[in-house]
Amino acid sequence: MDLATFWFIVLGVLWTGYLVLEGFDFGVGMLLPVLGGRRYAADAADAEKRRRVLLNTIGPVWDGNEVWVLTAGGATFAAFPHWYATLFSGFYLPLLLILVALIVRNLGFEYRHKRPEARWKARWDQAIFWGSLVPALLWGVALTNIVRGVPIDANKEYTGNLFTLLNPAGLLGGLVFVALFLTHGAIFVALKTDGKIRLEARQIAERVGVVAAVLAVALLLWIGLTDGKLASWVTTVVAAVALLGGLAANRAGREGWAFIGTAVTIAMAVATYFLVLFPNVMPSTTNPAWSLTVDNASSTDYTLKVMTIVALIFTPIVLIYQGWTYWVFRKRLTVKHIPEDAPLEKVTH
Amino acid sequence: MDATDLARWQFAITTVYHFLFVPITIGMSLIVAVFHTAWVRTRNPEWMRLAKFFGKLFLINFALGLVTGIVQEFQFGMNWSDYSRFVGDIFGAPLAIEALLAFFLESTFLGLWIFGWGRLPEKLHAATMWLVHIGTVLSAYFILAANSFMQHPVGYTYNRASGRAELTDFFAVLTNKVQLVTFPHVVLSAYMAGAGVVMGVGLWLMRREAKRAADDAQDVAGTDAPMYRRATRIGAVFALVAAVGVIVSGDVQGKIMTEVQPMKMAAAEALYDSVPAGQGAPFSVLTVGSLDGSHANALIEVPGLLSFLATGDFKGAVRGINDLKAEYAQTYGASGNPRVADVATAFVPNIPTTYWSFRLMIGLGMATVAIALAVLWLTRKGRTPTSRWLAYAAVAAPLLPVFANSFGWIFTEVGRQPWLVFGLMTTANGVSPSVSMGEVITSMVVFTLLYGALAVVEIKLFLHYVRKGAEPFEEPQDPADRDEDAPLVFAY
Repeated sequence: MDLATFWFIVLGVLWTGYLVLEGFDFGVGMLLPVLGGRRYAADAADAEKRRRVLLNTIGPVWDGNEVWVLTAGGATFAAFPHWYATLFSGFYLPLLLILVALIVRNLGFEYRHKRPEARWKARWDQAIFWGSLVPALLWGVALTNIVRGVPIDANKEYTGNLFTLLNPAGLLGGLVFVALFLTHGAIFVALKTDGKIRLEARQIAERVGVVAAVLAVALLLWIGLTDGKLASWVTTVVAAVALLGGLAANRAGREGWAFIGTAVTIAMAVATYFLVLFPNVMPSTTNPAWSLTVDNASSTDYTLKVMTIVALIFTPIVLIYQGWTYWVFRKRLTVKHIPEDAPLEKVTH
Repeated sequence: MDATDLARWQFAITTVYHFLFVPITIGMSLIVAVFHTAWVRTRNPEWMRLAKFFGKLFLINFALGLVTGIVQEFQFGMNWSDYSRFVGDIFGAPLAIEALLAFFLESTFLGLWIFGWGRLPEKLHAATMWLVHIGTVLSAYFILAANSFMQHPVGYTYNRASGRAELTDFFAVLTNKVQLVTFPHVVLSAYMAGAGVVMGVGLWLMRREAKRAADDAQDVAGTDAPMYRRATRIGAVFALVAAVGVIVSGDVQGKIMTEVQPMKMAAAEALYDSVPAGQGAPFSVLTVGSLDGSHANALIEVPGLLSFLATGDFKGAVRGINDLKAEYAQTYGASGNPRVADVATAFVPNIPTTYWSFRLMIGLGMATVAIALAVLWLTRKGRTPTSRWLAYAAVAAPLLPVFANSFGWIFTEVGRQPWLVFGLMTTANGVSPSVSMGEVITSMVVFTLLYGALAVVEIKLFLHYVRKGAEPFEEPQDPADRDEDAPLVFAY
């Protein structure tokens, strides 16, 4: 295996890490107005406490989860400069939307609790909800379009526009991501909390999970029937089995297994995408000869060597300390763990 | 105004804005780590109160630095795709390594620091903030290595077949001589900015507490004024120590710049005609009138200073813009390099911008030093002064070094123009050909409005927490015998 292929696999791993990890915190963000809303909460004070439970389940880890996509972006730049250049300049407006969404979402987490006013909190809750929904949807649209191919000319430039990406397959990809992350996030909440909220999260996972399963199977069949190969069919089957197994485990109240199930589903979906893609990195629908491939988009062997050495040394270290964080905060949370809100403090001059 | 100008404006807006928060993050993470460590070692409650108080201010600032940093990672590809294709082989590596080494470290351990009170063993908890700080410094190293390549390309070869610059020696990129002096200069300037925040906020609160005590005819010693006085003095000392390093590294930087980018040095002084050796080029502190080269109206001049800054000799020769322009046209304009197609720019940066940003960088830095010295003098031997002037000094103390940092970057980046990568590619050749004018305008308007709104939110929040002051001391729980149902502390 040459180094360019190795880095193609590394990118698959980075996207897997990103979507499995940020997938659940996107899910929790989207569930904020549901599990922390009128339907489940007794009153406004209860709703506020429930929201804080939800946010605290992902509090210590969402930021680290997000770094996976920054690393994927940097690694694409370093290992496949043409892929980075074509993709980021081509998918300009969706990326702009994703960036704006991530900005307001992150500030929602950081600033929401910094003032006591209900209106302040409600606004940041909106930011967290939309900031989770929009990137989940758009990453789905973008990645599905990459796999299915987009118009690219002989100079490796994308020649479509925003609406080129909003085709049926792309939109279905977006919906699959949203449904999968909702399921994944609900199961994560069930895994990390106790009491009423735990049972309710399980219920949500059960319902949304069915929708996610139907949509995901439809999408993977579509992709598989047009561009599938043996290996991608294997990962598709594993993804389907893992999702059904995860939903069964969730029904049985085995949240740990359920979470592993949805995590494997997401990982196998990414694997399917990358297997279908290979050896292209961005196929051209204009002329297959103009497709960006692992070979014609990559950096020189020397750069890839440097990057490989750095990655082999530091990736295990990152995995160890990120894993350790999850261990430190492994305890389940309930509304009991949320201190009473301090009364509106008097600001003296 | 064409697509290139718009892309440049967008990059300038998003980058200058991002860099308002970066130096504060680098500097304050160090000081918060010091406060936290002092608490663990001395058990003096004041240190813990200061660590938590400045930690909160740090987090408000960090959040904006982080989110605006995400934009940076993506916009090379979005707006500068031809640049990304041309130097991706070299420039991408430090960026990817920055994410792997620095961003994971910062974000993971900051999460542990925020949620770790009463949950992590004490020493380990203090260590998490040190790791955050190390992350910020590593981040600075790699991003500056990438930038230094743009100022002075090393460790590469130009491949005619692929039309790309290709990496041949990564170690050379990491130890670029421009990088080795830029890195300490930038990190120490960042320390000045972080120290400026601590000094300013401490000063403001010290004065407030002391005044309240005076109004109520109380003894100042019984208030929080001594605690804030301590923070103020620590900030001042940090700022002064860092300033010495900034001056020394800046001095070396000037000489290296004269060697590798003489046009930038000439532009810094708006020196049009070369000054031969033995004559000594002056440094103008203040000029009025035209900077277009027709005449120089320097009001205050320091004789020989430019020669000294550029060469280390008060009588050293300094080449002027006109000579260099002719030389660059010869060397690069006639080189046949397709990425220097737009020679109409004539290899001269925007002179008023370089001239004034260079002076503002130095002037605001010096003003910070003056404030730090005045603060140390006024608070000597246990004094807690309440003079009205201190309130102005408190506001100036964080702003001056932050803007000095901004102008330093504006100078170094504008001074590089019209080059994107010095000698290899001009800025106009780096923009994304597939991105339309409408798209760039859209993103520029969106970012400008969003960043503007966020600035208002951030500043209000920051001032709100400054006014609140440090929380009262709470004895932290021992993680070993903590009640399992204890509420989360310092959490969301």
